[in-house]
Amino acid sequence: MIIPALEYYLLLGAALFVIGLLGVLVRRNLLIVFMSIELILLGANVTFVGFAVALNNMLGQAFVIFSLTVAAAEAAVGLAIIVALARHRETLNVDEIDTLRG
Amino acid sequence: MESLPILSLVLWLPLAAAVIVILLQDRRAMFGVAVLGAALSLLLSVAVWAAFEPGAGMQFQESFAWLPALGIQYALGVDGISLLMVLLNTFLFFLCIIYAWATVNDRVKEYLVTMLLLEVGITGVFLALDFVLFYVFWELMLIPMYVLIGVWGGERRVYATIKFVLYTLFGSLLMLVAILALYFVHGNSTGTYTFDILQLTQGTYGEVFQLWAFVAFFLAFAIKVPMVPFHTWLPDAHVEAPTTGSVILAGILLKMGGYGFIRFSLPLFPDASQLAQTAVLTLSVIAIIYGALVALMQTDLKKLIAYSSVSHMGFVTLGIFSFTQQGLDGAMMQMFSHGLVTGALFLCVGQLYERTHDRLIANLGGLAHRWPVFAALFLYFSLASIGLPGLSGFVGEFMALVGAFATGVRVFGVLAVFGIILSAAYMLWMYWRVMLGSLKEAHRRLEDLSVLETAVLVALALVVIWAGVQPQAFIQIFTADTSGVMQAVNAAQVAGLVPK
Amino acid sequence: MINVAWLVPLLPFIAFAINGLFGRAYLKKTTGLVANAGVLGALVVTVLLFLAQGGHPEPETVTLWTWAASGDLTVNLDLRVDALTLVMLLVVTSVSFMVHVYSIGYMAHDPGFWRFFTYLPLFVFAMIMLVMANNLLVLFVFWEAVGLCSYLLIGFWFERRSASAAAVKAFLTNRIGDVGFLIGLILVWHVFGTLDYDEIFAQAPAVASAMPGMLTIICLTLFVGAMGKSAQFPLHVWLPDAMEGPTPVSALIHAATMVTAGVYMVARFNPLYVFSADAMIVVALVGAFTALFAATIGLAQNDIKRVLAYSTVSQLGLMFMALGVGAFTAAIFHLATHAFFKGLLFLGSGSVIHGTDEEQDMQRMGGLFGKMRVTGTTYIIGGLALSGIIPLAGFWSKDELLGATLLAGGAGYLLFAMGALASLLTAVYTFRMIFLTFFGSTRMEADRFSHVHESPAVMTIPLLILAVGALFAGFVGVPPEHGLIHDYLHDTFLAAEAAGLMHAPSTAFVVTLMAISTVIAVFGILIAFSIYLRKRPAPETIGGAAPFIHALLVNKYYLDDLYDLVVAGGTRSIGWLLAWFDLNVVDGLVNLVGVVVSLAGNGLRRFQTGRLENYAFSVALGTALVLAFYIFMVR
Repeated sequence: MIIPALEYYLLLGAALFVIGLLGVLVRRNLLIVFMSIELILLGANVTFVGFAVALNNMLGQAFVIFSLTVAAAEAAVGLAIIVALARHRETLNVDEIDTLRG
Repeated sequence: MESLPILSLVLWLPLAAAVIVILLQDRRAMFGVAVLGAALSLLLSVAVWAAFEPGAGMQFQESFAWLPALGIQYALGVDGISLLMVLLNTFLFFLCIIYAWATVNDRVKEYLVTMLLLEVGITGVFLALDFVLFYVFWELMLIPMYVLIGVWGGERRVYATIKFVLYTLFGSLLMLVAILALYFVHGNSTGTYTFDILQLTQGTYGEVFQLWAFVAFFLAFAIKVPMVPFHTWLPDAHVEAPTTGSVILAGILLKMGGYGFIRFSLPLFPDASQLAQTAVLTLSVIAIIYGALVALMQTDLKKLIAYSSVSHMGFVTLGIFSFTQQGLDGAMMQMFSHGLVTGALFLCVGQLYERTHDRLIANLGGLAHRWPVFAALFLYFSLASIGLPGLSGFVGEFMALVGAFATGVRVFGVLAVFGIILSAAYMLWMYWRVMLGSLKEAHRRLEDLSVLETAVLVALALVVIWAGVQPQAFIQIFTADTSGVMQAVNAAQVAGLVPK
Repeated sequence: MINVAWLVPLLPFIAFAINGLFGRAYLKKTTGLVANAGVLGALVVTVLLFLAQGGHPEPETVTLWTWAASGDLTVNLDLRVDALTLVMLLVVTSVSFMVHVYSIGYMAHDPGFWRFFTYLPLFVFAMIMLVMANNLLVLFVFWEAVGLCSYLLIGFWFERRSASAAAVKAFLTNRIGDVGFLIGLILVWHVFGTLDYDEIFAQAPAVASAMPGMLTIICLTLFVGAMGKSAQFPLHVWLPDAMEGPTPVSALIHAATMVTAGVYMVARFNPLYVFSADAMIVVALVGAFTALFAATIGLAQNDIKRVLAYSTVSQLGLMFMALGVGAFTAAIFHLATHAFFKGLLFLGSGSVIHGTDEEQDMQRMGGLFGKMRVTGTTYIIGGLALSGIIPLAGFWSKDELLGATLLAGGAGYLLFAMGALASLLTAVYTFRMIFLTFFGSTRMEADRFSHVHESPAVMTIPLLILAVGALFAGFVGVPPEHGLIHDYLHDTFLAAEAAGLMHAPSTAFVVTLMAISTVIAVFGILIAFSIYLRKRPAPETIGGAAPFIHALLVNKYYLDDLYDLVVAGGTRSIGWLLAWFDLNVVDGLVNLVGVVVSLAGNGLRRFQTGRLENYAFSVALGTALVLAFYIFMVR
């Protein structure tokens, strides 16, 4: 089995992270922002896996499983909030959701 | 004294009463329990006084490990200095709750719980022998006071109570920093990290550290006393506070500042104290004269008494920072007397307000015609406040002045003496305008004091004359302990004003 | 006998306590009897004490309890009985008793009857304690306590604005003096290390040679206290106003007893004063000046009680003059005789006021003698004694203190001139008062005049008894310098003798002086007779001849107005200014901190947009910056 070099993992992870980050910063639809956050999480997971393989330490892979579980739960809760918000405000544009402004 | 944790009982009984009050609904039952709790606390503190041995240092000590890893413990104890304050505290709370029985009808349950919690907080400050415990109580007492002014207060109560809390917090946070610094400096030099007040007091500290820590403690205590120019929260708080709130505020809260100076500042930081002596004495004299002059021109009765407190507490700091036996004893007596007398004066003003719904001096007059009993008691406490010999106010002022004259610079004493003319001026002038002369038409039908109100004031009056005629009964409680403080501060490396 | 000395103050105190607690509700008119019983008891015990202590009483003390002990300051509550105390006690209790009896009649119709008879025994208690004190602090305590009673009794009719004002003025003026006293007291403690009389006196010579300047300061500060209490210039202004109180109060407190406390104090501290020539001369000059100054004002007053008040100020000045030249016995002698004849005059004026339905203005009296023979006769006896007519009480004591100034030499001649002039004026204003009140044709409305009546026996009997005192009390000082009182007080004033302040005058000197004194007094009476009875020259022409001086005298040299303006007004202005400063500057700074913090918060809240992407961006940026810092800087 050919194991790609660590750099590829890291590049992929970083790419996912940056795409996710830009999505969070740039996009206005809350659903997209939420998906971008998932992307960031995935970027981190890929990096974890890469290091786990490179360092031959299974703990990294265990962490990925763990964080995926958390992400799933988070997605459930987050989506529920977004649905509730969408019903309540009738918009998912983040510019209009600024109740916490000081 | 292994058998009975008597100090813990004194401390926590009001809390137990508060818990029971929460469960009750009937007004009489609630007051009954509250009075009982306060009375038991008072009786137990009197029992402590009876069993107390003057001069034997800290007594009735209790201590349990609380957070042993950090050297924090639950430690209580009394010496003469704290005993007098605890007695004053339990006595005033007992009277206040009785007085409230006659007057408070608004949110009785919340009121009683607040008062009882306040009592716990203040008693704890005087009993704690561990800095963390002390600090917890010091802050704990703020919350009920905040509620007391904020809920039962006058029109501008929110402004007053926020000002009071923020001002006090500002001082106490600096003190917290200094306490932590003390903890680490002491730990680093001796190897034992502890918050034990007695152990920390034994230590010696470098001069620079002393100065910084002294300033932090000083601000906390000076705001509490309050010393000029940190006094402006006091008139606002007093004017807006309900009657019992004013009594507790003037009667005991202010004493925490003086207590702090005697218990912490002087023994912990003798060198810094000596260096600061001239400055603090100057501020004290300014407070005496300035407070009196400002009081002279006040139009609101409560403000007048608030500024008179600034003036009278000036004698406390004057006595303490004379670093003499007479000065320290005088400061203690002045605190005790001020607690009784000013507390009583605020009760009087409260009773006046209950009846006339007016506190502006210009709107009152001739009330002595209708209320002979009130007039006599009000005059009595006014005279005690003036410092008439034979009543308690004179003892403290006189001894503080003796102390002030003992410092090398006599000008402090000479200037402070003039405060006694001014105090007579504003009190007698006030009494004249409020009680004498011709009666206003609107006040013709008002009733004199009820039996309960009279009883509360008479109880205070009896202690006032006792402390004036035979002050030795009180001085002997604490004079050995203040002597220890005086020796500690005069063992400083730095020379102060007193020639050695 | 010393063991029962505490009964003397205790009995009036019990009367005070009973009347104070039960007077309003239960006792009512009975309070008068209770008070009289208490004071009579004190008088009886005093007399017994006096008899038991014999001709030359040794100072004895009894300790009641320790008042305060703090470090090396120990103050005991002691009672002291010695010759000076006994003389004072006799004067105080006897005059007090007379005034108490008289007051039953005088105050009979007053609604505050019980209150009056609560305050009065309280005063007697405090005054007794004052003279029985054995250390400076107890002296000070009761010094202020008598001041309190004075305050309460001046303001007795508190619905009258002027009465309350006078009461406050009296208390505050006394407080100014008390500041001096208190400073002196504390200095005594620092210099002598004790407050007990005997221990202070024992150390006096040593201190005098070690630090004479300090001793003078102590003497002068204590004297400031005496000036306040005994109404000496410039602190005399409260005493004439104090006449707002009921007349028995004026007689007891503001003539016979309390105001003499200052004289008593200086006499008591004679072992200190004799070592400070500077302090002595100040005492003498202040006394002589006050004597003359007050006498001139007394000439132009129309209120019968005010004339007596200025007369009291003047006579107290003479006593201080005597103290200042070292004639302590003469001063105490004059104090005692003065208590009798001035008490008599005040009670007499009260009887006049009582009989004329509250008339105090002498210009609206006249011709009262026919209607009030007992009052009139006793009043004239008192007036003769005050003027110093041989052989009445005032003659002997005044003669002696005038003689003492001459014997002192030096500045004494000036003092003598001032004292003699004051005596002349005394005779003039006293008989001006008597002629205007009792003789000539009446200036009252006819129907009011017809209602004028003699006072009841309960008032006239004390007048008669005091008149006997005014007639014969002087004989305790006869022959001059060698009378009973001189012998009795000899040991008390040993220090003055040791300091060479006692002089033994020749018989020729004594006789000449007596002649001069008599001539002065008679001359003064003749002047008054000529002006106010014969109207040659008429009083108006004298006032008209020098309108400026007349206005000055009538308005008391404008001193009261000056004090009102400068002292009271000045203090209020400063207070007003500071109150403004406190509200706007000190508290303004505090509020400024609050404003600055909330402004800063207002500015910073712009960063809190509530937009998710802004927060995310700052998180990202922050992370990037931290990373960059670690990557490029730390490595």
